[in-house]
Amino acid sequence: MNIPNEYKELAWQGLWKNNPGLVQLLGLCPLLAVTSTVVNALGLGLATMFVLICSNATVSAIQHWVPKEIRIPIFVLIIAAFVTCVQLLMNAFTYGLYESLGIFLPLIVTNCAIIGRAEAYASKNPVKQASFDGLMMGLGFLLVLVVLGAIREVLGQGTLFDGAQLLLGDWAANLRIEVMQLDNQFLLAILPPGAFIAMGFLIAAKNKIDDKIAQHQPKEQESQIERVRVNFDS
Amino acid sequence: MMRQAIEKNAKLLALFAIACTAVVGLVHLLTKDRIVEQEQLQLVNTLNSLIPPNKHNNAMTQSCFYISDELLGENSHKVYLATQDEQPVAAAITATAPDGYNGNIELLVAVNYDGSVSGVRVIKHQETPGLGDKVELRKNDWILSFSGKKILGEQDNRWAVAKDGGMFDQFTGATITPRAVVNAVKRTVNYFNLHKAQLFTHAATCQGE
Repeated sequence: MNIPNEYKELAWQGLWKNNPGLVQLLGLCPLLAVTSTVVNALGLGLATMFVLICSNATVSAIQHWVPKEIRIPIFVLIIAAFVTCVQLLMNAFTYGLYESLGIFLPLIVTNCAIIGRAEAYASKNPVKQASFDGLMMGLGFLLVLVVLGAIREVLGQGTLFDGAQLLLGDWAANLRIEVMQLDNQFLLAILPPGAFIAMGFLIAAKNKIDDKIAQHQPKEQESQIERVRVNFDS
Repeated sequence: MMRQAIEKNAKLLALFAIACTAVVGLVHLLTKDRIVEQEQLQLVNTLNSLIPPNKHNNAMTQSCFYISDELLGENSHKVYLATQDEQPVAAAITATAPDGYNGNIELLVAVNYDGSVSGVRVIKHQETPGLGDKVELRKNDWILSFSGKKILGEQDNRWAVAKDGGMFDQFTGATITPRAVVNAVKRTVNYFNLHKAQLFTHAATCQGE
């Protein structure tokens, strides 16, 4: 029963406690630049997650053959190779999305979250755990991207899932939801400053929730201590 | 010892570089045809939306050549010809508007043989999201307002945005972008009117690009 706990901890770290978007604040450039719509966010999030899983697995698989002096260039090589593959695949199979993500697709290479995970976790742990860590970290990043994309798309354009057919094929065109009718687009939400502000609110919300959790836990401990005292006194 | 370590590391690095390049090369080989196909499809779709496929019966992507003229903006530009039974129907010309709000705006302008605009699309731009990017068809149908318009005479003052006394609307909060597009389309139509006889006798040189 040891293994599930280890995976649980990895999931908790990636999705919440050490979320690459909200806590480590890594990869802010793509995070803020492409999250103007949910679909863009989803596309980049999936691409990043794929690269993260593959690079973590590979880095973990080769850890015994790579001397530590040259590990960084090798990690960079591996990550760059995967990103190029993803770019080619998206160019071939999701052309519209490839167009709309533009320069941010090749820029996944510079997402420090990926090399950070390779260095901090994957290079010291077995392939299975490393891949799972990649999945969870990628998922955590993806979730932040999508939430941010949803906030900005609703505020900016009053829609959700606009352009879903670019990612998912023609059937997805009717996924588009008109949340509210806007006469004029709310420009601030679409432009990068809006992304910073929304990001700030997201981090604040996370900290608030963490505070709430932290407030609850000490109380339980205190009551235990009291009980012990009562027993002792009597 | 030092030398050995360096040699070993260099070999390892080289090995990884070769392996990574091999993987990328393999994926490139597997996706290459499909990427060309997709780009071709995109081009055909755009061309078909500008010049209806029932009006011509040649393969437009095959009858294409490069030209350069200052009316079309810097660098060389492409012309795609549409003919029906060898008779000229229309031409689609790429043009650059150098005076966008945020750099160049790349356009594809289709002009009927009689000099009326068949359609215009913005191919590439970096205009402000939410303001200037309404020149994209998926954001706004403003770009369709060119269809059927002609240039009358040397000085046609109607070819300007409404703010400058012309017949094309500008956007709330964005005049520079539509002004740049209107002027570029006007120059392109002028170019076509001046050179259309030569254009339709030009040999195709950029097949399928």
